[in-house]
Amino acid sequence: MAQNHSVWTSIRFWRQSAAWVTGFAVVLLILLTFDTMGQITMGTDADLQKGITKRVPAPTVINYHIGYKFSEKRGHEVPVIGKKEPFFGKEWSPKEAAALLHKGKLTEQAKNCMDCHTLLGNGAYYAPDLTKAWIDPKWKSMMAMTGKKTREEAMAEFLQHPERYPTHARRMPNLKITPDEAKALVAFLKHMSSIDTNGFPRGFSKGVKEFEAGGTYAH
Amino acid sequence: MLTSIKNHNLQYETQKLGMMYFRVAIILFGAQLLMGLIAAIQFMYPSFLYGIFDFSVARMVHINALVVWMLYAMIGSVYYMIPDETGLEAVGIKLGKLAFWVLTLAITIVVLVFIFIQIGPGDDSTIWLINEGREYLEAPRWADYGIVVVVLIFYYNVFFTFLKGRRTGVMTVMVANLLALAGLYLAGMFFTDNISVDQYWWWWVIHLWVEATWEVFVGTLAAYALIKIIGAKREIVEMWLWIEVLMLFGSGILGLGHHYFWIGTPEYWWEIGALFSALEPVPLVAMFVHVLYDWGKEQGAHGEKPAIKNGPAMAWIVTNAFGNFLGAGIWGFFHTLPQVNIYTHGTQFTAAHGHLAFFGAYATILIGMMYLGIQGAYGIDRMKATFKSKMAIFLITFGVLGMAVALTIAGYEQVLVERAELGGGWDAFFTAQNLVWMKQAMGWRTVMGVVTFIGFIYLVWDLLTIGKEESENNQ
Repeated sequence: MAQNHSVWTSIRFWRQSAAWVTGFAVVLLILLTFDTMGQITMGTDADLQKGITKRVPAPTVINYHIGYKFSEKRGHEVPVIGKKEPFFGKEWSPKEAAALLHKGKLTEQAKNCMDCHTLLGNGAYYAPDLTKAWIDPKWKSMMAMTGKKTREEAMAEFLQHPERYPTHARRMPNLKITPDEAKALVAFLKHMSSIDTNGFPRGFSKGVKEFEAGGTYAH
Repeated sequence: MLTSIKNHNLQYETQKLGMMYFRVAIILFGAQLLMGLIAAIQFMYPSFLYGIFDFSVARMVHINALVVWMLYAMIGSVYYMIPDETGLEAVGIKLGKLAFWVLTLAITIVVLVFIFIQIGPGDDSTIWLINEGREYLEAPRWADYGIVVVVLIFYYNVFFTFLKGRRTGVMTVMVANLLALAGLYLAGMFFTDNISVDQYWWWWVIHLWVEATWEVFVGTLAAYALIKIIGAKREIVEMWLWIEVLMLFGSGILGLGHHYFWIGTPEYWWEIGALFSALEPVPLVAMFVHVLYDWGKEQGAHGEKPAIKNGPAMAWIVTNAFGNFLGAGIWGFFHTLPQVNIYTHGTQFTAAHGHLAFFGAYATILIGMMYLGIQGAYGIDRMKATFKSKMAIFLITFGVLGMAVALTIAGYEQVLVERAELGGGWDAFFTAQNLVWMKQAMGWRTVMGVVTFIGFIYLVWDLLTIGKEESENNQ
């Protein structure tokens, strides 16, 4: 309509407003993306040694104990990277740890974990969330079931032969995971549990504590 | 089977190509529902097809068939509207037809590999040839590149026809939005060891599709359809379309932040995500009001007969206006604030929202476009809804709404028991899954899934026959 008397019914006005608003939103998103990328890029091994906290730590975080504790300051739980501990009986060099994590991430995708489980809360809702799977108290009973001495060995055994260790009617299928892939997957899960997820899942550490004290919901 | 739909009243090859896309879309829609039924049964009886066709496979094909049928129906809709809007046959239509066959062949191979090979070893070969293992973007990398080539051809068809022909406001929005929609796919085409970075870009594709560019696409289709079906005034429809673009992009682009609460990204996304995603329902209300306003106006004052040229298409578009608001707007807003989302993230709440939103916002209007296509293909002046049309829309809408309600109840229970009470983890998860409330909800979900599937059978039956029946009635 050429003869427009009010700006509110002018197509030109709304077209220009749409362009400006969209442009502004896109520019803001790009700026925020740069900042976020800086904050979620993996840290280095040196950061870990100096005790510098990164939102996503270096792959060598698998050489450390990882906890999940309530932070008064932040009002929710945060991952706590503790003392060094062996992972599959050894300390992994930065190069070895990076290669292991790479293999673990590839395996996670190749076995399509995300279409049953959630990772960082995203995926399917047929099986437990894996965000903090490394610190799940379940691995204690799984160590007894599999007859393994360490958590990582129990996890690797379970991942290779889940059909042998059913806990419920809903079972994980055998995904032909090799021993190397299983080890890498456990490294991937341990690394993921060290990511600062702003307190998700909330209350996970409480569950761990209750379970370790005799448990109210284990069955 | 679907070749029984005749094309001979369509003057443009471009529109015939659109109909070809619609045919594949409806087949994939059926595949999506079948896979959903398998997955729903597995929730109730976990040993069903265990080790043969596991939940992960059914679920993967379920969501990929969904995305692909919608993309097919979207591409089909664009081809269908090009001649109407620009007044021309699409530039390079022969190449466009070739691209259709290439894409359909590629999709067939991808689906067969998903179904029969399912998974591969943990190395690059699996990512490239079998399965990328990233929800919604499971298509292997070779297919990603194939899709890019086909989409480039499609965009060439659309863009050069737009340049040559009439440049309506509807087509302007379509052309600009399609560029963003297609370009975003590239954000999902790389591998990284860093799961946080992975999910950051993964959401660029998923969110900026379904909560930004796809929504604008729907607004554009609704504008075109309202002009076509009820003869709505182009000036008013196009003005509304620009307002919708403003509000949809204004809220949806930064609404992306609501996916960045818990994936390792900084806390400032809480505020940004909460604010902008809370605004996302606003344009959906506007779209609803707009459709009803135009409809009411065209119903005619002074006792004139309503001038709806395509009954079933109009019914689906009104369902879209309401379903988009309800499924995307209300069900999305339920759990978009971080204070709520920390408990609901990754539960059946998300599944409830996903079912109702994909249906309400997208399935509805795309089915409406198929009815428009049938009307054109048979050259029917005024196409009325048949008994089958009514059964289809009633059963599908009732079924999906029922599934969403059942999943909401399941999600509510899961949130309270697994998350709030027990704090998450393996035993917390199964405690919640094994409670009778969850089991009942999953039972009702399956029942409602069957209702939806019966509605789908009516829909296909109607699409196959309404053209012939109505063209005979009109004579």
